[in-house]
Amino acid sequence: MQPNIPASAAPPTLQVRNLRTHFFTRAGVVPAVNDVSFNVGRGKVLGLVGESGSGKTVTGFSIMRLVDEPGRIVGGEMLFGGRDLVKTSEEEMRAIRGNRIAMIFQDPMMTLNPVLRIDTQMIETMQAHRKISHDDARQRARDTLGMVGIPSPDERLKAYPHQFSGGMRQRVAIAIALLHEPELIVADEPTTALDVTIQGQILAEVQKLAANTGTSIIWITHDLSVVAGLADDIAVMYAGKIAEYGAVDEVLDHPLHPYTHGLLGSVPSRNKRGQPLLQIPGMTPSLLNLPVGCPFRTRCPRAAEVCAQDPPMAEILPAHEARCFRPHLEEAGVAA
Amino acid sequence: MSATTAGAAPAAKAPRVETPFRRFVSEFFESKIATGALVVLVAIVLVAIFAPLISPQNPYDLAQLDIMDGRLEPGSRNGDDTMTYWLGTDDQGRDMLSGIMYGLRISLIVGAGSAIAAAVVGASLGMLAAYAGGRTDTIIMRLVDLQLSFPTILSALMILAFLGKGIMNVVIALIVVEWAYYARTVRGTALVERRREYIEAAQCLALPTRRIIFRHLLPNCMPPLIVVGTIQIARAIALEATLSFLGLGVPITEPSLGLLIANGYEYMLSGKYWISFYPGIALLITIVSINLVGDHLRDVLNPRLKK
Amino acid sequence: MSVYLLRRLIQAALVMLAMSVIVFVGVYAIGDPVEILISPDADQFERARAIAALGLDKPLYEQYFSFLGNALRGDLGRSFVFNEPALQLIGQRAPATLELAFGATILAILVGLPLGLYAGLRPNGAGAKAIMAGSILGFSLPTFWVGLMLIMVFAVQLGWLPSTGRGETAEFLGMRWSFLTWDGLRHMAMPALNLALFKISLVIRLTRAGVRETMLMDYVKFARAKGLSPQRVIGVHVFKNILIPVVTVVGLELGSTIAFSVVTESVFAWPGMGKLIIDSINVLDRPVIVAYLMSIVLMFIIINLVVDLLYSVLDPRVRLESKG
Repeated sequence: MQPNIPASAAPPTLQVRNLRTHFFTRAGVVPAVNDVSFNVGRGKVLGLVGESGSGKTVTGFSIMRLVDEPGRIVGGEMLFGGRDLVKTSEEEMRAIRGNRIAMIFQDPMMTLNPVLRIDTQMIETMQAHRKISHDDARQRARDTLGMVGIPSPDERLKAYPHQFSGGMRQRVAIAIALLHEPELIVADEPTTALDVTIQGQILAEVQKLAANTGTSIIWITHDLSVVAGLADDIAVMYAGKIAEYGAVDEVLDHPLHPYTHGLLGSVPSRNKRGQPLLQIPGMTPSLLNLPVGCPFRTRCPRAAEVCAQDPPMAEILPAHEARCFRPHLEEAGVAA
Repeated sequence: MSATTAGAAPAAKAPRVETPFRRFVSEFFESKIATGALVVLVAIVLVAIFAPLISPQNPYDLAQLDIMDGRLEPGSRNGDDTMTYWLGTDDQGRDMLSGIMYGLRISLIVGAGSAIAAAVVGASLGMLAAYAGGRTDTIIMRLVDLQLSFPTILSALMILAFLGKGIMNVVIALIVVEWAYYARTVRGTALVERRREYIEAAQCLALPTRRIIFRHLLPNCMPPLIVVGTIQIARAIALEATLSFLGLGVPITEPSLGLLIANGYEYMLSGKYWISFYPGIALLITIVSINLVGDHLRDVLNPRLKK
Repeated sequence: MSVYLLRRLIQAALVMLAMSVIVFVGVYAIGDPVEILISPDADQFERARAIAALGLDKPLYEQYFSFLGNALRGDLGRSFVFNEPALQLIGQRAPATLELAFGATILAILVGLPLGLYAGLRPNGAGAKAIMAGSILGFSLPTFWVGLMLIMVFAVQLGWLPSTGRGETAEFLGMRWSFLTWDGLRHMAMPALNLALFKISLVIRLTRAGVRETMLMDYVKFARAKGLSPQRVIGVHVFKNILIPVVTVVGLELGSTIAFSVVTESVFAWPGMGKLIIDSINVLDRPVIVAYLMSIVLMFIIINLVVDLLYSVLDPRVRLESKG
């Protein structure tokens, strides 16, 4: 079961294979990430889409190896630059974090330390990874701030986080992520907390940077419309598993999994004006007691007896995988 | 804490005959430490109540004391060889064990008495503040803030400086020091409860205010009041002991634990540790067990901690 | 900033004024000063003359204003016992109390912060549980009894430290201090530890709670995601954030430490203000009582003011607001 989607010659920046991250809580084991596989090609943007609680954020933290107790990576591999991140020592991992893989967090109001100046928070990032003089680091910090569109970066370096607006703070966080020109950025809903106009600016900025520097991006979001304009590939997560995976146009035009179908149906858009919005009935199941078989079947309009079995991930259309026994093939124009 | 949460699940599955009180009791006894502390506390209270019946000697009866037996080591026999001083004797030949039992009585009476009096005063003012609102509320709460911003010992010293020393003045000082905690707690709870539907319903029925306060508001303020009260008893006992140690508290003829400890102070330097040591241990066990019970009561009674 | 400061100073003056009324009414009106101030052997004539001399025949508000006037000139009366100005007496004893309180505060931070940090970082370890159990004891143990036990162990049994007194002192800024001599420090060790005990427990709890709360914050995870070493994450990102509440509380507690030194000074016969006030209450030396209460209230107000200013230095968010 090898997702073979970005069929370029160069090896992908990151290959995640059968990743499993479980939380060992008092109430039981929560399989937050349960057998997740995907690739992120060089310079490509992967959109990781799902509702809250689907395991997308935990997947991001797993890649950073920053899953906190009681969570643990219990299986799988994450191949990055010729090594398996799952097996990498904490010491080596620290050298990778913020250096070769950077992360941007969801809430810009919370990610910067309120009692440290911006320059401190940027310079320490550089000095953690290479021998660099304070002045050179400061210079680089200033340039990077300018690059992400922060006006008068020299003055802003001396400011504290609370002196920035939310959008500006997220730009600072992005600048920190870009300091070392990482090979991969894990962006965990970086625009969710921002105004729509700011969101657009930041998306455009990131897209440009990725194209210019060849940085790969995993863009975690619950918002399909964000991914539609940004990502090359898309992976839809549901209940700790990937439900559907493929190139962005492919998945959005021919959603195979009923869940993806439902998600797309519930996005309001102009050409659906007047029609009632579709809803996915019911609620996300608790990961503590998932239904046997397909986790979506209790909410699925197409569920049948066969769904009581565990559906395997299968390449149903070329370079387009889904974990479903009864995919939407009619719309895709293919006979079942 | 973990025991409480883990144990809550089976309790919830039990048949629905359990009353809130029963659930409270069963939750309370889930903690071994709190149960142990409660057992110790009950034993201490029983000892204090029945001290005249079980103590080997009446330490206040000077006729029973033999000055020749003064400052004997623990385990010594008395002059007539009729009894053993298990914890030694003080400078007047008083059996320390009996002294501690009687001292516990005084400490507990002063501590519990002042805590209850402070609770009545504080709860009334807190209820008044919550119910009257407006300027009454502002004035009462300013007083509470002022009181709480001063360290307890300073307030107590101030009262004793004004009134002079003596047991009644110590009780007054303890009430002055403590009432604010109750007032703040009751006001907070009462303000929340007041906006609940059942109070509005009672007001719509035109029930008398007195009835609403005593039959509806007050019972709902009881859980936090009990928690604060437990902790405050421990604090009152400690503060009384401190004031008595400083010579500002109970009279020398009826020593509380604090005064017993003070009496042993001068003999400590010559190595006669027991006169101060054992009353201190009794004081320590009392305070720690009350605090442990109170801590756990708070965990069990505080609905915010229950998820 | 200066407007803010001015407002705080006016507030402080009002509090002082209110306290002077309370103390005056408490000491001079509730009790009967005649009983105390005038010798019981005095005859009727002498009594009347003394009452007139002391102004006790005037209405209470007039008495208060003359008290206030004198107080503003630094005259709070003469001690009956020492026959010295009460304020001067307090001033002589203040250095002993202050160095004890500061010593205890420093000790509380030096001991409490690392222990609290440890307990917060490994909350489920045996070490953390032992530390927390110890802090419960620290809250429950009556200070004076712990003091006695310290004397018993370190002075009587082991003979390592002197049990009472200030030891040798050295002069600095015109006052005598124990912390400047080795002998003085040895005398200070036990009383300072005794006084610090409660604060150590407090600092442990505050630090632990702060660490546990801060460790969950996004900015700590972000700091880790930047590849910083654990030392840097904890030592800078976590530590600087918990320092603010800890410094605030410890600072505010300095006033209570000074007040509670009454107990410790009595145990260790430490000749500070606390020992003086207890002796004064015992013999009803009212001018000294009034002088003590007024000066301690003043200290409280000053401490609150200083902590507020310090707080704004530590927390950039507050700094901005007070400027604006």
